[in-house]
Amino acid sequence: MKIIVCVKQVPDTNEVKIDPVKGTLIREGVPSILNHDDANALEEALKIKDENPDTHITVITMGPPQAKEMLQECIAMGADDAVLLSDRALGGSDTWATSNALAAGIRKLGEYDIIFTGRQAIDGDTAQVGPQLAEKLKLPQVTYVREFAMDEGMITVKRALENGYEVLKLKTPCVLTAIKELNCPRYMSVRGIYKAAKFDIKVWNAADIGVDLAKVGLDASPTNVYKSFTPAKKGKGVIVEGDTAKEIADGFISDLKKKHII
Amino acid sequence: MAIQVIKEKCKGCTLCVKACPFNAIEMIDRLAVINEKCTVCNQCIPACKFDAIIKTEETKKGPVDLSAYKDVWVFTEQREGKLMNVALELLGEGHRISREIGSDTKVCAVLVGGNVDHLIDELYAYGADLVYVASDPLLERYTTDGYAKVITDSIKEYKPEIVLFGATHIGRDLAPRIAARLDTGLTADCTRLDVNTGNYIDYLDQYTTMNTKDMDRNDGNKNLKQTRPAFGGNLMATIVCPTHRPQMSTVRPGVMDKLEKMQGRKGARVDLKPDLKQDDFFVEVVEVVKAAKQMVSLTEAQIVCSGGRGLGDASGFELIKKLASAVGGVVGASRAAVDSGWIDHCHQVGQTGTTVKPKIYFACGISGAIQHLAGMQTSDIIVAINKNPEAPIFEVADYGLVGDLFKIIPEIITQWDKE
Amino acid sequence: MDFNLTREQQMIKKMIKEFAAAEVAPIAEYLDAEAEFPKETVAKLGELGVMGMPFPEEYGGAGADYIAYIMAVEELSKVCASHGVIVQTHNALCCWPIFTYGTEEQKRKYLPDLLSGKKLGAFGLTEPNAGTDAAMQQTKAEDKGDHWLINGSKIFISGGGIAEVYVIMAMTDKSKGTKGISAFIVEKGMPGFSRGKKENKMGIRGSIAAELVFEDCIVPKENLLGELGKGFKVAMTSLDVGRLGIAAQALGIAQGAFDQTVAYMKQRKQFGKTLDKFQALAFEMADMKTRIDSSRLLLYYACNRRQKGLPSTVEAAQAKLACSETAMYVTTKAVQFHGGYGYIKDYPVERMMRDAKITEIYEGTSEVMKMVISGDIFK
Repeated sequence: MKIIVCVKQVPDTNEVKIDPVKGTLIREGVPSILNHDDANALEEALKIKDENPDTHITVITMGPPQAKEMLQECIAMGADDAVLLSDRALGGSDTWATSNALAAGIRKLGEYDIIFTGRQAIDGDTAQVGPQLAEKLKLPQVTYVREFAMDEGMITVKRALENGYEVLKLKTPCVLTAIKELNCPRYMSVRGIYKAAKFDIKVWNAADIGVDLAKVGLDASPTNVYKSFTPAKKGKGVIVEGDTAKEIADGFISDLKKKHII
Repeated sequence: MAIQVIKEKCKGCTLCVKACPFNAIEMIDRLAVINEKCTVCNQCIPACKFDAIIKTEETKKGPVDLSAYKDVWVFTEQREGKLMNVALELLGEGHRISREIGSDTKVCAVLVGGNVDHLIDELYAYGADLVYVASDPLLERYTTDGYAKVITDSIKEYKPEIVLFGATHIGRDLAPRIAARLDTGLTADCTRLDVNTGNYIDYLDQYTTMNTKDMDRNDGNKNLKQTRPAFGGNLMATIVCPTHRPQMSTVRPGVMDKLEKMQGRKGARVDLKPDLKQDDFFVEVVEVVKAAKQMVSLTEAQIVCSGGRGLGDASGFELIKKLASAVGGVVGASRAAVDSGWIDHCHQVGQTGTTVKPKIYFACGISGAIQHLAGMQTSDIIVAINKNPEAPIFEVADYGLVGDLFKIIPEIITQWDKE
Repeated sequence: MDFNLTREQQMIKKMIKEFAAAEVAPIAEYLDAEAEFPKETVAKLGELGVMGMPFPEEYGGAGADYIAYIMAVEELSKVCASHGVIVQTHNALCCWPIFTYGTEEQKRKYLPDLLSGKKLGAFGLTEPNAGTDAAMQQTKAEDKGDHWLINGSKIFISGGGIAEVYVIMAMTDKSKGTKGISAFIVEKGMPGFSRGKKENKMGIRGSIAAELVFEDCIVPKENLLGELGKGFKVAMTSLDVGRLGIAAQALGIAQGAFDQTVAYMKQRKQFGKTLDKFQALAFEMADMKTRIDSSRLLLYYACNRRQKGLPSTVEAAQAKLACSETAMYVTTKAVQFHGGYGYIKDYPVERMMRDAKITEIYEGTSEVMKMVISGDIFK
């Protein structure tokens, strides 16, 4: 059984702060991490490997050379192979262009049974690359996977909905996107770490994966950033005025509704 | 289009390096160099004190003839024969932006399902000028395969300029698949949409730190400006899709305004002819299970309702539980309440308990000792209800409700869900 | 000279930090309050390879280097010093002597289970009348032809009663002084071996310290560890390794208390400003940081020498002296800077201050460290 797991190195956005005076982003000292949902995706693949030791797991990412560090950590968790797609020509790709590049990288990897991805990355929160990759590879997809089981090539998953879940059945090969309810990712192991540090991670450029340059990178991307800005600073708190409890509650709730908070 | 550093102007001060959210600027030989992590988010341009960073605009020639695309489409998601709220919100928003584009631009609902004719009048009443209906037994339940095929085919046929989806678990499954098949752009989880630049500038001025003095209100740019939170909500980005059509967005539920319902308002109906065979389906829906909302943990809760010493005794938590169930929150407590034995330790928020970061934090009868503040002060919105106006909790509160919590909370419960 | 961490060391630090934050930090207060041994987290550490870090893979170890191992103890101790000493005692005082002095049969028999964390190891040297003066051993081992017969008791034994494999020192020939001491591998369940009193300690309360009692304890002949009469050497060289771990534990406590204090000072307001804005306090923090970092350099230097096979007894003593005294100094200040809140159990610095004290005492007191260091100066 061959599994491909798509992962992304992201800044830990929980650690990002806004400069209270200038209103700008303070990025210094923010660590880069393996995206959370992607860790769930990798964990599910590793669980399959725990049960079926002949399973082979390849992690693949697109990013700058530093993303190798995250791939090493995936190896230290138990992945068998790792590929980094890295090329200036791929830089600035939106989700459409990213899925084109990943699809090309995965085609070069050859045969596979399941592609796991995280539902979304915490820096962009788009949740688009998984389904778009599935489309580019002409594979069936299930997003928001919270439970997974497999029996003789037939996969049964639970897909989370806002108010419950769907039980879905499909055959391999397919693309599944993981959410955190799916499992609890394991830690790197000490032995894994010593193996990973010396592991030879494959680095492929655009030419290696034979991707059409008109389909990747900033200029090929259909969407681009027009403006970006920080939200206005949270104002100082207010004491809600009112003579009766009803008036106070009224004033408070109508303000929440006006601001679309509820 | 790209960010460029004008070497002659760069002083090597590294201000841009610090400003970049994506770690995309490196200093090489004391000059700023943009690397491949750059997403052209423009944060570095105002950060540079020497005007050494510019954005080079290339007029990209797109693969499509933009003028061939017309109208605003809304995917009006229904589940089990009932329209989702977000569908109606998007009709309202679609209506607004269609009128900004031009008086001859229509807002059209796309209604897909097994048998959904009974919903058409409701769509008219909420503003749809036109309803495209795709009815087929194979579309009875949502499937990526079926829905994506039907909607992609009709977009190809009718060429809408804009297509909006609710950012629900279904919308966010479906829209990327369609956008990829159409090779067009898609912006996820938008919280604001603009066509008219003037309106967009007004928004920037009121709600953001963006300097708009160099922007032209009357530039005639009618591209859809899709604004969304990025970077964990620390940054807002406006995304455009200038050379591809349709322009597609998923839009966060709850942020757009519905139109006032006009009973009896009429529009036109167009029947789509779904071209579906059983072979088009690769995923089988075995069952759809509705589950009561799982009890989320304190750390993951979007809303936390905490009670403290001001509740008086253990029975005070009955009111907090009612508040929590009315607002869809989880019950928390201060250490004082836990130590008094009014509620179990697992509810404790603060230094020795759990650290929470919900969207809304209700502190009811909690004075705000430093141990408590340590566990909740990074909540998005803090609501303090306390009869003592001097309580330190009011210093961190966004909304201070001074008064008897036993009177105020029942009022909040009754008003919360009222339209 | 290279002060950079290797990629392996960086990853070890990150992994243990994540583990400590998710698995250890939430239970640290409970372990302290209930004096309970953290069986489940120790089992998980075993699965991850932390219970056999600096040993080769052929015996079931993880094949890590000493600095990486020391970093693991340090990272754990930042949130819970009990976890730090559990890992350290097991690795340095039980696995290490068996790996270093054991016969091939002993290594094959004991190491795989120890290094994988399936079994916990402990070390017994201290007796009621033989503390720093370890040569005053009264526990006796008699050669009964086909077995050893051990009588006596050991006190303050970390992991006592919980561990399954013990390295025990006992007199085989009283007339020869330290040259009459031999080391034995004793297993839990051997006839005549039992746990005595469990101590009620000031700190590191999640690590159990207990008395071991030997009453006509029968130990198989082949369980002599190392040569007859060379037990004192086994003990002293094990403690050399152990001191690095205790230094790491102390350093972790100091760093953990320091980090807590930084966060607290940014939050706590008095006289209308947060505490970090008071220069008198900020300068003390500068002193604390400098002492922590200089202690760390001494420790990594000593570990680096051990890793390279160079003599490191004096360096290990210096590292332990510096790190443990830094821990006591920093945690005392940390409590002070927290004010009244530092004296109550809502904030972890109270526990850290109690935990810190033992690092100046066990595996050689600060005075013993000074004996080692000064002995080298005036040799």
